[in-house]
Amino acid sequence: MAESNKAMSPNMTPNVTSSASPAAPAGSTTVQAARARAMEFMANRHRFRAWELLPWLVAFAAFFIFPDRMTFGSQVLIMVLFALSLDLILGYAGIVTLGHAAFFGLGAYTVALGAARLDWNEPISGLFAAAIVAGLGGLISGWFLLRYRGLTLLMLTLATGIMLMELGNYRSDISGGYDGVPGISFKPLFGVFDYDLYGRTNYLYVLVVLFVIFLLVRRIVYSPFGQTLTGIRENVRRMHAIGSPVHTRLVTAYTIAAAIAGVAGALFAQTNSYATLTVFDFDTSAKVMVMLVLGGTGRLYGAFVGAVIYMVLEDHLSKMSPAFWQFGIGLLLVVTVLFLRRGILGLFEDVAAKLFTRKAKS
Amino acid sequence: MPQYANIAVSILFDGLAYAMFLFIVSVGLSVTMGLMGFVNLAHGAFAMAGGYFVVSLTTQLGVPFVPALLISSVMIALISVVFERLLYTRLYKAGELDQVLLTIGLAFMAIATFTYFYGPIPKSVPLPSWLEGQVNLGFRAFPTYRAFLIGVGVFLIAVLWYTFERTNIGAKIRAAVDNRRMAQSVGINVDLLFTATFAVGSGLAALGGGLAIQLFGLNPSFAVVYLVLFLIVVAVGGLGSMKGTLVAALVLGVFDTAGKYLLPDAGGFFIYAITLLILLVKPAGLYGREQ
Repeated sequence: MAESNKAMSPNMTPNVTSSASPAAPAGSTTVQAARARAMEFMANRHRFRAWELLPWLVAFAAFFIFPDRMTFGSQVLIMVLFALSLDLILGYAGIVTLGHAAFFGLGAYTVALGAARLDWNEPISGLFAAAIVAGLGGLISGWFLLRYRGLTLLMLTLATGIMLMELGNYRSDISGGYDGVPGISFKPLFGVFDYDLYGRTNYLYVLVVLFVIFLLVRRIVYSPFGQTLTGIRENVRRMHAIGSPVHTRLVTAYTIAAAIAGVAGALFAQTNSYATLTVFDFDTSAKVMVMLVLGGTGRLYGAFVGAVIYMVLEDHLSKMSPAFWQFGIGLLLVVTVLFLRRGILGLFEDVAAKLFTRKAKS
Repeated sequence: MPQYANIAVSILFDGLAYAMFLFIVSVGLSVTMGLMGFVNLAHGAFAMAGGYFVVSLTTQLGVPFVPALLISSVMIALISVVFERLLYTRLYKAGELDQVLLTIGLAFMAIATFTYFYGPIPKSVPLPSWLEGQVNLGFRAFPTYRAFLIGVGVFLIAVLWYTFERTNIGAKIRAAVDNRRMAQSVGINVDLLFTATFAVGSGLAALGGGLAIQLFGLNPSFAVVYLVLFLIVVAVGGLGSMKGTLVAALVLGVFDTAGKYLLPDAGGFFIYAITLLILLVKPAGLYGREQ
């Protein structure tokens, strides 16, 4: 984790420390200069780079290249969004959770039950409702759970997710149990764009939502708030020592991530027109974690790379044999942990760094 | 005997049998986690593999049930050492995320492998005639197999308790759980101790897996489905505490059985609720050491 941070911002540490410690020994002019340098650095870090267009161009190109695979395409984008929400808490704040599917499920069930039981089938307000419900879930559970660490936190998040699933199963008169919420349909987007058989409307809809939320997450990550999250991940004690309200920061990040996961779940329910209790499954939590780790944690675009590779591999391999696919994903995990600790994007960075230094030497 | 007393006895009896199963599988996990702080999500896979070995030994090679249990435990114990030496040692100093990912990966690979060879349909195992039917304990009859399971559990508790509390090795393990660095500096070979404990723990998991076939049936997803329960028992009991694991297994086993008898629709809701409550009040578990 420490390496990834260094790779992203080689000269972050000196600047940030100087801006965070007003009691620097030198005079006020140097403090001001340091502060200005830090602000400039933060602004630079936040600036968009040309290559950041690439994933969006690819996503847009996919719309024209694979017009008949748009249903699958929207599922991939939804998983990207879900993995992105996990990146915020796992990659940036370092919260290891095994229950992130709970919020995905809460979002999915909010829109599914809203449509099935309350006739609330306007899609965009549904997304907001899902974000609020899942965010509340994140706020409440995070407030209690984020005081704990390590194995205890793992178990608590895991138990919360399973408890929601069991609750849904207990009240299957409301939730529809494992058969799912029956017969849900949604109004056309803005009352204009209806859903076509090939899922093209859905694809663009999900892509736009993903883009908007991505901008939001990117803003959060590069903000001072995002920096405190990274600080908490790297060294909690030091963050306590400099007076950072660690628990509040973690709960805030957890709530935001839960709300985003809720939106992903809502999109899942809307594009598939169903929701079953399996969304709360341990498998869902594990799956999204695998995607993120595969792509690389704490680097925003890891979610894109990981989710796309995972979904495409799953699509191809599980057609051959589901057991084959499960073996593959297990092997992928083992290899990632042992040899590719920083994910595929981390590997790219390493290779790029090596090529670059070689050129500089010659 | 009145109706409600009858149900209460059934709950206690079945709960006890279930608790013994939970204890047998979880105790190794608890001790290895307490020793190295290693989050091993592949523990359920060892139990599942042990179950399948028992199935193969009994149905294909015609080995009787009880020897098959023992053979399969020893085999899994040996296999687990290979995994521990090759893979786990690399991650003792890594964060829990790495450990979780590696062991989930191993569990997935195990599930896939066993699905490939045995298929996804639940397997059963032929029991010797003396384990079938009912046994009469004077005031009412109980299923023989569950009584046998309780007997095995009590026997193992006695053996483990003696090893833990009364032998040199047990003292070393307790010392290493309490303070690993101190134990190392007084000359205890903690690595070797850990490998040995890991092997015994995995062997016990395999034994539990073999014993569970008759209760729940055995299919490859056993590795993940019951893993959550084992982890809960370990977390609620407290890492590295045998007494804690036993108490947690008893509490959760009896409560889960009671929940399933009295409110079958609610499924496993109660034991997760109890787990949450206990861990919120005592984050290190019932008998764990507060950090």
